[in-house]
Amino acid sequence: MEKRAHISGWTLPLLLILPQMAITVIFFYWPASQAIWQSFLREDAFGLASEFVGFENYVALFEQPEYYRAMGTTAIFSSLVAFFSLAVALLLATQADKNIRGGHAFKTLLIWPYAVAPAIAGVLWMFMFHPTLGTLGRPLNVMGYNWNPMLDGKDAMILLVLSATWKHVSYNFLFFLAGLQAIPKSVIEAGAIDGAGPFRRFWTIIFPLLSPTTFFLLVVTIVYVFFETFGIIDAVTGGGPAGQTTTLVYKVYADGRLGGDLGGSAAQSVILMVIVIALTAIQFRYVERKVQY
Amino acid sequence: MVENRPFAQFMAYLTLVIGVLIVAFPVYLAIMASTFDTATIINGNMPLIPGDQAGENYSRALFYGGKLAREPVAMMMANSMIMALGIAFGKILISILSAFAVVYFQFPFRKTAFWVIFITLMLPVEVRIYPTYKIVADLGLLDTYTGLIMPLIASATGTLLFRQFFMTIPDELLEASKIDGAGAFRFFKDTLLPLSVTTIAALFVIQFIYGWNQYLWPLLITTQSSMQTIVIGIKKMITTTDALTEWQIAMTTAVLAMVPPVLVVIFMQRLFVKGLVETEK
Repeated sequence: MEKRAHISGWTLPLLLILPQMAITVIFFYWPASQAIWQSFLREDAFGLASEFVGFENYVALFEQPEYYRAMGTTAIFSSLVAFFSLAVALLLATQADKNIRGGHAFKTLLIWPYAVAPAIAGVLWMFMFHPTLGTLGRPLNVMGYNWNPMLDGKDAMILLVLSATWKHVSYNFLFFLAGLQAIPKSVIEAGAIDGAGPFRRFWTIIFPLLSPTTFFLLVVTIVYVFFETFGIIDAVTGGGPAGQTTTLVYKVYADGRLGGDLGGSAAQSVILMVIVIALTAIQFRYVERKVQY
Repeated sequence: MVENRPFAQFMAYLTLVIGVLIVAFPVYLAIMASTFDTATIINGNMPLIPGDQAGENYSRALFYGGKLAREPVAMMMANSMIMALGIAFGKILISILSAFAVVYFQFPFRKTAFWVIFITLMLPVEVRIYPTYKIVADLGLLDTYTGLIMPLIASATGTLLFRQFFMTIPDELLEASKIDGAGAFRFFKDTLLPLSVTTIAALFVIQFIYGWNQYLWPLLITTQSSMQTIVIGIKKMITTTDALTEWQIAMTTAVLAMVPPVLVVIFMQRLFVKGLVETEK
């Protein structure tokens, strides 16, 4: 798309675009290219000298069992959060879309967790499910289920999934509701006249028409779980117990800072960049094609 | 709705009410915890109606802090506020100017410039965290507000949003203001800016929440306690050795950390929704 009318001169526009260009180059392109360059280097223990080692950092990475475990953890974490946050959001959005009194109030009451920081969301859920003092965690232990997210990797993962889902439902709800409201009522009425009940209408008319929204939200949710849940993980489990909740992004952080392995950490960053670019590219392709219309 | 079924209506209410309760419960517990003393919370039977320690907890958290770190939460909130406002205003400023340049002028490498900015949309700060840290350190910006803010405004969301909006403004407006003898600056100030008010406000709301809730970046580049933001501060109040954790102060701080962004969402809901939907396009 282009404008027909333009303002003449080109020193002014270059000046206008300069601040953003400068910030983008200094804080985006420069570090991103450093990450790529560093992933081919190995630094000595003091960070004084570094040598070019080609793909050695990548090879070393793919020989680490911990890396595969982090991949597995990330896959499980993102699929669970994606499934639950989409399912719950869709359920709530279909109910809020029914013509009921106070629909707007429900919307307000459901979207505010978007504003809660991921780390805070994690702290809230940790407090609630604390094994000895939590309002819900303690009864679990009293009833005989041995619940302890500090010691048990499975419990820790459950807690992370719950807090990450809690925070993200609001976002998905908002987009599903907008998607539902955009479906023409006449299509649904036509279905009803043909004798389709509410369930049939939902699965054969509404759900397929909603699929572009669903697909978009799926990608956004995966990106959310990859990156933004860092705060939840760091606040709730710190990647533990025994590395059982260390995701790919958490490993980039932990290896670079605590382990001091900058080359390996940079190689992981590069792999993550490739994954995000792939996800974004897939999204653009499909959104253009408008899945199922 | 197509048919009127009282039962379906009832189920809709029931589902929504349950949803709202589940969404609110963790926060309700935090608010309750901020009204008790440590002992009541530690013994594991915290009542679900408020206690009488609220005044004590809030004044201690705000002006004194937890006993481990002793950083007043009021100071952390000020830091978070400066960071959030800096990110919001900084991003609006640089992106409205660059969008103006890209849409309304023709200059060499215009397309290239647009793509250079556009690509940043894909990569969050998390994937280039250590190199960015090193650059900020080399520039001597650790423990400064500039260091907190700058790397987080290096992204294209704002530019795209303004570009999209400017494209919907009829060309006739520019032609008219040219005929009236207005230059680029006058056109920007008298025509473009007034038309963009809603878009600016929507972007502001989204960026404020984004800035306030930052975690990884402030965690890395702030070492002095005087630069601590509230989201980082909370994490430091909760230790793995449970005996040292003052849950009532941690939860009081959590409540304080949620207040500004949640109020923004509730009271500026229309702008928030607009901003959210449009930055994602």
